[in-house]
Amino acid sequence: MSIILLLIGASLFVAVCFLLAFFWAVRNGQYDDTYTPSVRMLFDDEVDNK
Amino acid sequence: MPVVPINKKIACFHCGEDCPDVGVNIGEKYFCCRGCKTVYELLSDNGLIDYYSQEKLPGLKIGWAATNKFAYLENDEIKSKIVDFSDGKTGRLTLHLPQIHCSACIWLLENIQKLHPGVTQSRVNFLKKEATIIYDEASISLRQLVELLTSIGYEPRIALDNIQPRGKDNRKKILYLRLGTAGFAFANIMLFSLPKYLDSQGMISENLERFFGYLNIFLAIPVILFSAYPYFSSAYHGLKQKYINMDVPISLGIIILFFRSLYEILSQTGIGYMDSFTGLVFFLLIGKIFQQKTYDALSFDRDYTSYFPISILKIENRTETPIPLHRLEPGDIIAVRNQELIPADSALVSESASIDYSFVTGESEPVTVKKGDIVFAGGKQSGPIITLEVVKKVSQSYITQLWNDIGFEKPKQPSLTSYANRFSKYFTFGVISIALATVIYWLVVDPALAFNAATAVLIVACPCALALSTPFTLGTAQRILGRHKLFIKNSDIIERMAGINHIVFDKTGTLTKSKGTNVSFENGLLSDDQKVIVKSLVRHSTHPLSRKIYNYLENVEISEVDQFSETSGKGLSGFINGQEILIGSQKWVTGQQLALENNDLSTRVFIKIDDRLIGFFKIRTEYREGLNQVIDKLKDHNHFSVLSGDNEFEKPRLEKIFTDSTEYIFNQSPQDKLKYIKNLNNEHHVLMLGDGLNDAGALLTADVGIAISEDTASFTPASDAILDASQFNQLDKFLTFSKRSVNIILISFVISILYNTVGLWFAVQAQLSPLVAAILMPLSSVSVVIFTTLATRFTGKKLGL
Repeated sequence: MSIILLLIGASLFVAVCFLLAFFWAVRNGQYDDTYTPSVRMLFDDEVDNK
Repeated sequence: MPVVPINKKIACFHCGEDCPDVGVNIGEKYFCCRGCKTVYELLSDNGLIDYYSQEKLPGLKIGWAATNKFAYLENDEIKSKIVDFSDGKTGRLTLHLPQIHCSACIWLLENIQKLHPGVTQSRVNFLKKEATIIYDEASISLRQLVELLTSIGYEPRIALDNIQPRGKDNRKKILYLRLGTAGFAFANIMLFSLPKYLDSQGMISENLERFFGYLNIFLAIPVILFSAYPYFSSAYHGLKQKYINMDVPISLGIIILFFRSLYEILSQTGIGYMDSFTGLVFFLLIGKIFQQKTYDALSFDRDYTSYFPISILKIENRTETPIPLHRLEPGDIIAVRNQELIPADSALVSESASIDYSFVTGESEPVTVKKGDIVFAGGKQSGPIITLEVVKKVSQSYITQLWNDIGFEKPKQPSLTSYANRFSKYFTFGVISIALATVIYWLVVDPALAFNAATAVLIVACPCALALSTPFTLGTAQRILGRHKLFIKNSDIIERMAGINHIVFDKTGTLTKSKGTNVSFENGLLSDDQKVIVKSLVRHSTHPLSRKIYNYLENVEISEVDQFSETSGKGLSGFINGQEILIGSQKWVTGQQLALENNDLSTRVFIKIDDRLIGFFKIRTEYREGLNQVIDKLKDHNHFSVLSGDNEFEKPRLEKIFTDSTEYIFNQSPQDKLKYIKNLNNEHHVLMLGDGLNDAGALLTADVGIAISEDTASFTPASDAILDASQFNQLDKFLTFSKRSVNIILISFVISILYNTVGLWFAVQAQLSPLVAAILMPLSSVSVVIFTTLATRFTGKKLGL
């Protein structure tokens, strides 16, 4: 049953990594504007006719 | 150029407006003006023709910008204020582009590198209407970049003196970080507490139990240190000022939960309440973020709908056109008349001027300035009309700040806001006492429930409704009134308006119209030369009679006036080409007062040139439309008075409009009017309506002073509000609306007290878990905010506002 210690440790570690990723995303400014990306992604890519 | 046939309307391919003719076109595509055509060509030449497939008619019609408009952007000092970052090679700046309105705008603005290779990258924030542009400083300068944006229809609004503090973004970010930490801890602690919750038969080994307990503590520590920090800091700062604010009980609750759980886990007397604790902080932070978003969405940041639209006379190509204040640019030439306010820091172009800075500095000694000197915004000029060149753009908030500031502080009557403040102090104190009482009670009766109940009490009680309802109601009301052209200095005025029971009207210019009346000249005709002379003199004055005569003399030229002077209540004088001109009341101009034979209800303005009486203007007074109805509606709740600088001849006409109990007082000087109001103040709540010219003192003394304005810039800082003359007939609605708004505030007080009573009732009985309390608290403040805002808007709609 003491294997659970290792399991918890490992899963906590992974979870903390995700938390750190969240921190990074916030500081990187990804949450500053949550509206415009929704419009931006609907633009067509450049079709090079020239 | 062939004209479009009447039955066929052609819409501009770019912006959608109607084309006046078919002259401007490229092939089969028609444009309303060369501007739209130019933008189209620019886009199609650079492969941006897809712009038109993003949205229907995305284009914006642009005006022709003067080419020197952005010259000031070459100044290094100004550049450094606007630009975010610059190192000589790469520059980065964020510009506010209010014209952004659709997805095509985003598309175009993010593709401007196609229009000029100097632009490296550009990113739009749609909700904020901003574009962040990174550019190569060697290939394109700041000025060229701004001109480029202007040429495609997105002229940036650059305000040098109110740049958004960058700190706002950081605060939002940190809040998200705190929330993330709390949420992370909350979820994991719940998982780790699950075994113990489900373990009814005590099968988990003690070691494991302890392990989970320590894990919980470990996860909870960042929460209390980082996530809960804003509550502690706010409570601490409040206490330092000897002021107990709402965050004090919340902080207490948080601390109690944490340390109690810590004790239980370490001493192995229980599993603690770390899940409740982190959950509490998590929900509190969600509430905070949600509150902030609601405030931002409802915020009545005073945009141009609630500011008085001061209009300035701009001189362009020898014509004078009125333009609104926010369109004033450095380099514009403006004209400021006698007794008008200087709207923006400018350099004097006329030879000399006399400026009174009492509104800005409190000094009533006028300052003489010479050509080339700088004149500051807020000063009042006296004397002939002067010309200025604008040097610095002024934000509307500065003028409103002046309006609120110097020398016009009325004695503070107890207002709703101060009641709310005092109440919340006692409230918090009371809540803490109740919490203590609860703890003591339960410790005696059933200790297990004791501190659960206490924490619940501390958290569920929320005085925030009281602090929030007043600003939100009054702010919304202010915005609604502003939309109907009653511009209020600050929202406290609305409270005062609700208590009015006596209305004092000034006669000339307030009850009577300034514009569009019958003007005729008696005793002969004015020769063309004489017309020029009269018009030149009256041009300098903002008195309603002067304006009427000025407007009446259309298509007449103007010449220079020397030694212009205006005597309030009497007349104007000046020299033109050596001739002395006097224009004014009969007594002042002629020295005699003939017996009144006016049964034709008009005012007379006499003209004298070089001691020769030329004749007089007969100006028929017309009363404002709807005056009868307004008085009718107001008479049930108010007494009336009419003050006038004129003599009694209008009395019969007035008596037909007003009530029997109305007081009429004539021949009043400005000081007389002031004294009259002072006397009234003792027994009544007085609303004074004037035109702000010769009743400034009276407006100031009354409880509420409203200046009626037609379309001029004669802005009176002494007034509490400015009412556009066209909305005069809505006066009764405005007063009713303010009464109802105050009622809404009182209702929300009652709702908040009810809510607290119910919440506390359950909390004291230990039937409310702290978690539920944490959810209820932000819920209550948000619901109060929404209630007051919606109720105010609804009330406005019902009144037709």
